[in-house]
Amino acid sequence: MSKKNFRPDVDAPEWRGGHTPYDILKEGTIALVVVAILTVLLAVVFGSPDDPAITIKSWSNAAPVDFATTALSELNGTSTTASYGAPYNHTPDTGQALGPLTLEKWIGVRIPIDAANDFVVDPLKTLPYQTALHQGLASWSAASTSTRTKWVANYTKASAGMKFTGGKVVVNATNVGPLPVMITDLTKMARNGALDQALLTGNSFYSPDYTQSLLFISDGSYLGQLAAKDHLLGEQWGVMNETGSYPGSAWLWLYTFFYQIPPYNSSGNGDILVLGTMILLTAGLTLMPFLPGLRSIPRKTRVYRLIWREHYRNQE
Amino acid sequence: MSTSEIDRQWTTRLRRRALEKLPPEKTLPDSQPSYVSSWIYVFGVTTISALIVVIATGCLLALRGPTWWHASSIGHFVNSLHLWSVEIFFFAMVIHLWGKYFMAAWRGGRAMTWITGMVLFLVSIVTALTGYVSQTNFDSQWISTQAKDAINASGGGAYFNLLNFGQMLMWHIVLLPLVLVFLVAVHVVLVRIKGVVPPFEENAGQQSAGASHE
Amino acid sequence: MGPLLYAALLPLNHPGHYIHWHFIEISVANTIVIGLMLLTFVAALVLPFPGRRRRKENQ
Repeated sequence: MSKKNFRPDVDAPEWRGGHTPYDILKEGTIALVVVAILTVLLAVVFGSPDDPAITIKSWSNAAPVDFATTALSELNGTSTTASYGAPYNHTPDTGQALGPLTLEKWIGVRIPIDAANDFVVDPLKTLPYQTALHQGLASWSAASTSTRTKWVANYTKASAGMKFTGGKVVVNATNVGPLPVMITDLTKMARNGALDQALLTGNSFYSPDYTQSLLFISDGSYLGQLAAKDHLLGEQWGVMNETGSYPGSAWLWLYTFFYQIPPYNSSGNGDILVLGTMILLTAGLTLMPFLPGLRSIPRKTRVYRLIWREHYRNQE
Repeated sequence: MSTSEIDRQWTTRLRRRALEKLPPEKTLPDSQPSYVSSWIYVFGVTTISALIVVIATGCLLALRGPTWWHASSIGHFVNSLHLWSVEIFFFAMVIHLWGKYFMAAWRGGRAMTWITGMVLFLVSIVTALTGYVSQTNFDSQWISTQAKDAINASGGGAYFNLLNFGQMLMWHIVLLPLVLVFLVAVHVVLVRIKGVVPPFEENAGQQSAGASHE
Repeated sequence: MGPLLYAALLPLNHPGHYIHWHFIEISVANTIVIGLMLLTFVAALVLPFPGRRRRKENQ
């Protein structure tokens, strides 16, 4: 036999010792029964969380001013979705960068969202005929881009004092074109549930794609306020948490941790930086067999002395 | 047919190769090395058992569809079974990972066992994410609208849309479980072929010939 | 909604409690899970495994 260079952290000695009887199927069956019983016990005792989904209807009824302000931000391009960039729209100076890599921008717009039309104008066009709205939409279509921009800017300036009274959105502003009837009627549409249906993405009767509805909802403050109550915000280590007092995804602790510390917590590229860091660390752990130093830690820390103590005792 | 023609067949070659690498005594062993004598060794089989319960409860949920549990107390109970079996799954998997790390279980040509295990961990996390956004409740709405930013930042959001419930549900109940089960099979077959990693040698300077290495 | 055939004994739907330590914020539930994991790991390493006499006989 040739003597090879034995690397204790890479190679394993040949086992020339004894074997003991082992019933692999019995072990598997016992494990399955134990896990099944434990699962049933935990489910019977603790149940599971199921906070009901919010709808645009429930949102706009609970917080009509927040809804109307969000609708306005879709029109004036300041909403998160309207100013997002790829994959939703072409907005300059957007897209996270990891050094020279701007993957988001390179992939481009694949889920096109035109916030002003998709979230406001087109849903209004689906409503049955009402004179004021019909005339308002007609003047919106006929107006030039600069006129629309002027109307929206004037309305936005006055919107700080927005009120919701008598079923109407009230903003004291002049030279705002059809904005008042558009915003009020969209709010009415939201409050009676028609906007939830109108925003379902896709051209089919059956649409399991909630991209538009969810983007619109998350542009408002209501969803985030509910989440904050359940400690689900990023700065609350929310990625790890669950609604109520249930355990969440504890295995995401390291991923969440990076979001809390500089430079990740203040960078505009925070998401891609955290992702990049986690990919690197995960690659390191995955390729552990090939990393000298790191792969020596098990041998050097000698935790294995506990695991194989009977073996070492028998050898002595 | 001549013997040499039979010898060259794909079926014959595959069968011989499989039996050579994994004879029945290795596939379903009746003994194990006597150094396998610690409770740390039960966490692999516990993880697999938990995965079986996860899939079984997932199948029960599939019987009545993805909004069943909101309106039915039995549906809610099955939903609870699915949640807790997932918690046990990750619990056992992480302890299994810790144990295997401190045993340096990649030694002796077992690097692929370690790597498939790590990939399984990652695929499980993605499977859990698609599951969370398929709950059709507030949690799904929050998680999808937040996590989408990280996935968008990598460019992946253009093709993997967390807000598209139909896509996420099908990844969760079709594509990812298939990948998981396939990888688990590869992982377990590798353990059966290579055997459980032997202990570190305590006597320094003793070199073992015939040890397999990378 | 069907008849209430099942309700959890100790549902955890009430607002969670959180532990704050410097910039770390962790739920009590997650702390218990992580604590149990560490305890289970140590217990697995330390607790005696049955069948020692049988293994000695097979040496």
